[in-house]
Amino acid sequence: MKPGRRVWAGVALVAAALLVLPFALSQAGTAWVRIADLALLYVLLALGLNIVVGFAGLLDLGYIAFYAVGAYAYALLASPQFGLHLPFWAILPIGAALAALFGVLLGAPTLKLRGDYLAIVTLGFGEIVRIFLNNLSQPVNITRGPQGIAGIDPVRIGGIDFSRTDRLMGMTFSGPTKYYYLLLALLLAIVVINVRLQNSRIGRAWEAIREDEIAARAMGIDTTSIKLLAFALGASFGGVAGGMFAAIQGFISPESFVLVESVMVVSMVVLGGMGNIPGVVLGAVLLAFVPELLRWTVEPAQNALFGRVLVEPEVIRMLIFGFALVLVMLFRPAGLLPSAVRKRELTHHE
Amino acid sequence: MDIFVQQLVNGLTLGAVYAIVALGYTMVYGIIQLINFAHGEVVMIGAMVAFTVINALAAAGLPPFLVVLAGTACAIPVCMLVAYAVERLAYRPLRAAPRLAPLITAIGVSIILQHLAMLVWSRNVLAFPQIIPLVTYGFLGATITGVQLAIVGLCFAMMTGLALLVYRTRLGTAMRATAQNPQVARLMGVDVNRVIAATFVIGAALAAVAGVMVGTYYGVAQYTMGSVLGLKAFAAAVLGGIGNIPGAMLGGLLLGVVEALGAGYIGDLTDLCRYGLGPGDSCADGGHFVLFGSNYQDVFAFVVLILVLVFRPSGLLGERVGDRA
Amino acid sequence: MNRSRIIVTALVAAIGLIGCGEEKKPEPMKKTNVEAPPPPATIDIKIGHVAPLTGGIAHLGKDNENGARLAIDEANAAKIKIDGKEAKFTLIAEDDQADPKVGTTVAQKLVDAKVAGIVGHLNSGTTIPASAIYNGANPPIPMITGSATNPKLTEQGFKNVFRVVGRDDQQGPAIASYLAATKKPKLVAVIDDATAYGEGIANEVEKTLKEAKIKVLPREKGTDKTTDWKAVLTKLKGKRADAVFYGGMDATGGPLVKQGRELGMKAVFTFGDGACTDKMVELAGASAEGLLCSQAGIPPQAADKKFLEDYKKKFNVDPILYAPFTYDAANLLIEAMKKANSADPAKYLPELAKIDYKGATGKIAFDEKGDRKDAEMTIFTIKDGKLGPIAIIKGGQTISYEDFIKASAPAPAAAPAAEAPKAEPAKEAPKEAAKK
Repeated sequence: MKPGRRVWAGVALVAAALLVLPFALSQAGTAWVRIADLALLYVLLALGLNIVVGFAGLLDLGYIAFYAVGAYAYALLASPQFGLHLPFWAILPIGAALAALFGVLLGAPTLKLRGDYLAIVTLGFGEIVRIFLNNLSQPVNITRGPQGIAGIDPVRIGGIDFSRTDRLMGMTFSGPTKYYYLLLALLLAIVVINVRLQNSRIGRAWEAIREDEIAARAMGIDTTSIKLLAFALGASFGGVAGGMFAAIQGFISPESFVLVESVMVVSMVVLGGMGNIPGVVLGAVLLAFVPELLRWTVEPAQNALFGRVLVEPEVIRMLIFGFALVLVMLFRPAGLLPSAVRKRELTHHE
Repeated sequence: MDIFVQQLVNGLTLGAVYAIVALGYTMVYGIIQLINFAHGEVVMIGAMVAFTVINALAAAGLPPFLVVLAGTACAIPVCMLVAYAVERLAYRPLRAAPRLAPLITAIGVSIILQHLAMLVWSRNVLAFPQIIPLVTYGFLGATITGVQLAIVGLCFAMMTGLALLVYRTRLGTAMRATAQNPQVARLMGVDVNRVIAATFVIGAALAAVAGVMVGTYYGVAQYTMGSVLGLKAFAAAVLGGIGNIPGAMLGGLLLGVVEALGAGYIGDLTDLCRYGLGPGDSCADGGHFVLFGSNYQDVFAFVVLILVLVFRPSGLLGERVGDRA
Repeated sequence: MNRSRIIVTALVAAIGLIGCGEEKKPEPMKKTNVEAPPPPATIDIKIGHVAPLTGGIAHLGKDNENGARLAIDEANAAKIKIDGKEAKFTLIAEDDQADPKVGTTVAQKLVDAKVAGIVGHLNSGTTIPASAIYNGANPPIPMITGSATNPKLTEQGFKNVFRVVGRDDQQGPAIASYLAATKKPKLVAVIDDATAYGEGIANEVEKTLKEAKIKVLPREKGTDKTTDWKAVLTKLKGKRADAVFYGGMDATGGPLVKQGRELGMKAVFTFGDGACTDKMVELAGASAEGLLCSQAGIPPQAADKKFLEDYKKKFNVDPILYAPFTYDAANLLIEAMKKANSADPAKYLPELAKIDYKGATGKIAFDEKGDRKDAEMTIFTIKDGKLGPIAIIKGGQTISYEDFIKASAPAPAAAPAAEAPKAEPAKEAPKEAAKK
């Protein structure tokens, strides 16, 4: 069924808005473009996790570990730490491959585990990776432990340095703006890959495993390899996002890869609509912009009403997350933009 | 030798705390196959409530024992209420939902409880008033404090109490029946909803006691204390065999000892200089080249968990559980 | 399909609105800080302050903010003239949650808001990446921290970065040499909490002890949330350590010393500034007796009396830790602006670099890296349940606290001495302007 003209018009509208967004945002300050960049990173993460949780139905609570692997791979290969300065297009595939390897390492022992045990074990893995990163400064200083790695090289393409501001064709391209477009391009690529995956044999195999693993095995699907593939692919997207994070921020430390971040990414996938790509994107965008919006609205509101800030935006944000998870599961378990299949699955328990 | 005994004492005390919390996890899992992520936060709430009470009474000059008892007496009903509310509002509606749903809800509840506690009490570390006098006993060269003895003693007492409840009372029989087969139990006239609620509430009472113990033993409480403790206690429950009450005890004590001995000895065990394998001149002048030091103390619980789940998912004392999808 | 389209269109519309609406959003923020349209002969100068106002050390963040705010309010009351116009200072206080990600976002916001200078941040872990953002602004915005002690901050080569507090590689050696000289331990155990601060200062202490030819055990580590230290302490007891140094905060340091005493350890427990607070007495009770700890700079009690009184009057509490330093930091920015007669960072930065100023924490001048010259370190101990200073270490010399107090001008003279520098620069500014 070919998409109609109206759909194409809608797509063109969205595309135009996305292309113009950084300039609209920079009217309010470069900080907002930075925030948009971080939001895009979360979208990448959510899409990666979507493969594991949404497509294959494996609840991974330690997903941020792959983000960390990608980020540290980038940091170690493009910073003063080891004096290596590989270009970003070489490091991103390495980061992705390394993250995929970790994905397989995580997946292998968990193949026989049921949903809740799987969740706990993945949580454990996430924490183990973080603890190792925090402690690999002794006896040999690999990751510089809690000090983190600073001075990470920004992305450089053909002489254009992504951390500097340039003027081109009368428009100002700040560092964050350039990164925005790069991330948008990456996002597009990953969305395309995801869509193709979803409709491929592998995607259908994942769906089958998610519905009923034993039946799937009976139909001849090699559940072991398919599950490992889910972990590896999902992890590799996380690794790519991690590499970009390191380049944009210029500094990484284990503090950025704590359990709360894993929970956030899971929330984005769950809230948006597990297994549904537009839904996941929506969930990620919503939850990524919420803290900033809160800071702009809640603080002044409380100051005006009470003369001081009674409840900090950070606390409100976490409460919103918590309630969002609970309420979504209670009333709309398939998420805000559910895929038709998931909706059937999750609501038919009435 | 005395150091080894001391580490054992430390480990057993730590393990006793894990055991009491693990009991709560194991009971709930046994009955409805749910990992109650929010259980750790209930422990934290117990510690916080006790803190408020003990803080208020500290200056009154009452005997310390009574003050702590008052704290516990106030903590238990609050925790029971919280657990009941969570069960009714967040878990019961999802009883028939696929496994993913209540798990995610539990995470959400955990976040909510943590931050509500932060709002009510404080985000800073709360210091328990130092009202308990330091009484130490020597034992085989190790020093045991009165509080440590109390904790281990209470742990055994609670397990005995719980075992009596589960194996000797009607409620206990109903609980075991529901754990075996909820549909049939319902047919036999068991009010399954009430039994499940009771399970949560009893688990919460135990958690409250654990919270008070942790607060008085370490002297500190913070709104984040529940999450790590909860995870480790869950690992202990799995180690012992989830759904199995003596298993939770055994798992808890064992995990505590493993952590203490691990943290105490792994640095020396992995010091390459001891084996003459230190690279370069790192071993000169009595130097050390430690691969894994006490940094990795927290990792032990997770490693144990993963090993158990991979090699013996039913735990030490559990029966073989099949893969249910 | 329909619903998705509606949602997508709504999103696009929302983005469009946000894009247009964003221009308005920052304005209300600014307006609440700046008063009604100022009379033409004033110049608005925004000074940013960043610290964690939420999280585990929110109380310290607020303390920092109060110090800066006091300076700003005093400067407004003094009706300073810069470039012929009356200066109206505004403090833009932000929360970085002690998280580097948030810190960089907030830093970018302040740069966008075109602040003239920054006081902050609090943690080294957030100050270091933020300093890169301030340095990347055009022109670079001067930043003075009153509490970030990691040496790396001023080793980056940024000309706009200063600190009024000592560095960990000065504080570490100070407490280590004091410990070595006074307690003469034979075997020292070093523990840290695996944070940037804790590990940093522990490394410095270990280095100094080794240089003094004292044996040091392999490093033990905890986390910033560790409550059970018994396993590690038992091991150290077994190795017969007679002194323990812990790099970390009071929340974990308190239980550490308490459990050490419960195990019957007789070692001397030593801490850095993170655990050099009154909270240690609360957390460890009688076990805290006799511990040693250090703080960068002079103790709050030794700060200028007028500052202490004014702070107490305005905020109803005593300063906790770094407030005198942020107070001085804010005043340094203002001083440099006065000297340069301009709030333009490009113009007053050179003045800041060569400033010589007597603040609430003593005489301040910066070296070529932006560190405070001759930073003092104070050694404290807990005696009879109270935290009190016992020695000051300055330029490698140890002076007992009483001698230090006697050596600095006695209290009544100190008040006019503190007043004088405030009066003089006002006179000097026109002279400087005439010279230029």
